[in-house]
Amino acid sequence: MSNSSYLTVKALTKYIKRKFDADPHLREVYVKGELSNVKIHSSGHIYFTLKDDTARIQATMFRAAAAKLAFKPEEGMMVYIRGDVNVYETAGIYQLYVQTMEPDGVGGLFIAFQQLKEALQKEGLFNPSFKQALPPFPKAIGVVTATTGAAIRDICTTLQRRYPQAEICIYPTLVQGAGAAANIANNIQLANKQAQCDILIVGRGGGSIEDLWAFNEEIVARAIFESRIPIISAVGHETDTTIADFVADLRAPTPTAAAELAVPNQHELKERIVANVARLQHMVTAQLRFERNRLQKYQQSYPLATPEKLYRPFIERLAQNDMKLQQSMNVYMLKKRNEAEKVFTKMQFFSPQKALQIEQQKLLQLGGELSRTMQHRLNEDKSKLHASIRTLAALNPLSIMEKGFNVTYHEAQIIKQASQLTVDDAIQIHYQDGIVHAKVTNVELQKGE
Amino acid sequence: MENLTFAQAMTELEEIVRKLEQGEVPLEEAIDLYKKGMEYSKFCNDKLQHAEQQLISIVDENGNKQPFQAGNGEN
Repeated sequence: MSNSSYLTVKALTKYIKRKFDADPHLREVYVKGELSNVKIHSSGHIYFTLKDDTARIQATMFRAAAAKLAFKPEEGMMVYIRGDVNVYETAGIYQLYVQTMEPDGVGGLFIAFQQLKEALQKEGLFNPSFKQALPPFPKAIGVVTATTGAAIRDICTTLQRRYPQAEICIYPTLVQGAGAAANIANNIQLANKQAQCDILIVGRGGGSIEDLWAFNEEIVARAIFESRIPIISAVGHETDTTIADFVADLRAPTPTAAAELAVPNQHELKERIVANVARLQHMVTAQLRFERNRLQKYQQSYPLATPEKLYRPFIERLAQNDMKLQQSMNVYMLKKRNEAEKVFTKMQFFSPQKALQIEQQKLLQLGGELSRTMQHRLNEDKSKLHASIRTLAALNPLSIMEKGFNVTYHEAQIIKQASQLTVDDAIQIHYQDGIVHAKVTNVELQKGE
Repeated sequence: MENLTFAQAMTELEEIVRKLEQGEVPLEEAIDLYKKGMEYSKFCNDKLQHAEQQLISIVDENGNKQPFQAGNGEN
């Protein structure tokens, strides 16, 4: 074979371990045998060998499981074990890993207990959502237990001490031996039918596991589960746990504890009432004092004590506002008056009267000038006229005619030169005293001309 | 008040105290609450004082009760 075909020890061990893991029978085994080589390690783990006449198996119980043991495992003891078988790889051995261990004698019961517990758990009977709340102040407490023995006495004494206000109804019950389970279940049903109690205590005092066995019966478990009255279970001592404890609404470790859980303590209640009354009185007194103080404070307050001071500021403000109004009115009036005066001055400046005066003056001036000029011109013209008249008089042809000169006209024109006339022209000769019509006979023109 | 249970009266009393301690109750209402609170406390006290001797009885299958003396049975 080639080298690579050889397994390592580790691989082989792993392979073997897988075989154990895969086997459903080995995952949960119930096995009985005799203890030997018991070693309780300081860590809390327990190691031993389980054996019978012909075989033996190494076993380990880890601390968590060992802590729940109700007895001390000893050499030679016959035990019933629930656990699983697996491989301890480091040591190369297979061994039994112990979950629970019971001493012989109850072994059969123990298995039955485990099986019923698991079945009921799977069914949901232990489910916390089914647990009923206990009434805080029960009126009547039903007790399903034997009328003899410590349990009933403990319960009654405790209830009497804590809460005598509640009535106790005892349902005398067979709590051990044949017919006990059926009797317990019946009485739970009876109490429910009569509906007189608002809490049921179901239980008994301590005893052997066989003594307590009725409380591990399915019929009791179902009666507890069906009960509409909340049930407190109280079976045996603190270390005893029965199926009834799992199903009950509340588990009490002992009958006395059940009674304590069932009712309040009347002394505590009385104290609670006293405390509440004290708080009540304190609160109301405090509130009254507070309101009185508040009232006094307001009564002594500045405005209420001196009411006139309340409106003094308003009077002051009013006066102030009056003054301000007056002032601003004055300023306003002054300003407006100034403006008016300015406009008036401007108006006067542009007044037509003044222009009129000026124009009148101008007119007067012009008038004077005009008449002076006119006079001047008249005088001038007069003297000119006189001069002209004198000239004219001097130049008057008539006056010249007086001196013998005359004027000749031809065809209404004054003839100034002889050359203007020809023979046979009709001429008019004007004299001072009349006109002579003549005909030109001859025209002699002066030589040299 | 007559038909009240002890539990109801206790709850009322504690509710009244709680209300007052919150301190938002007008004076008139506070005084009313105080009066009511005192009534409830008296009611509760009476209920507690009422039964000094506990009634213990044995009930048979028909619901009939018979007085029972604790400690009657053997120990």
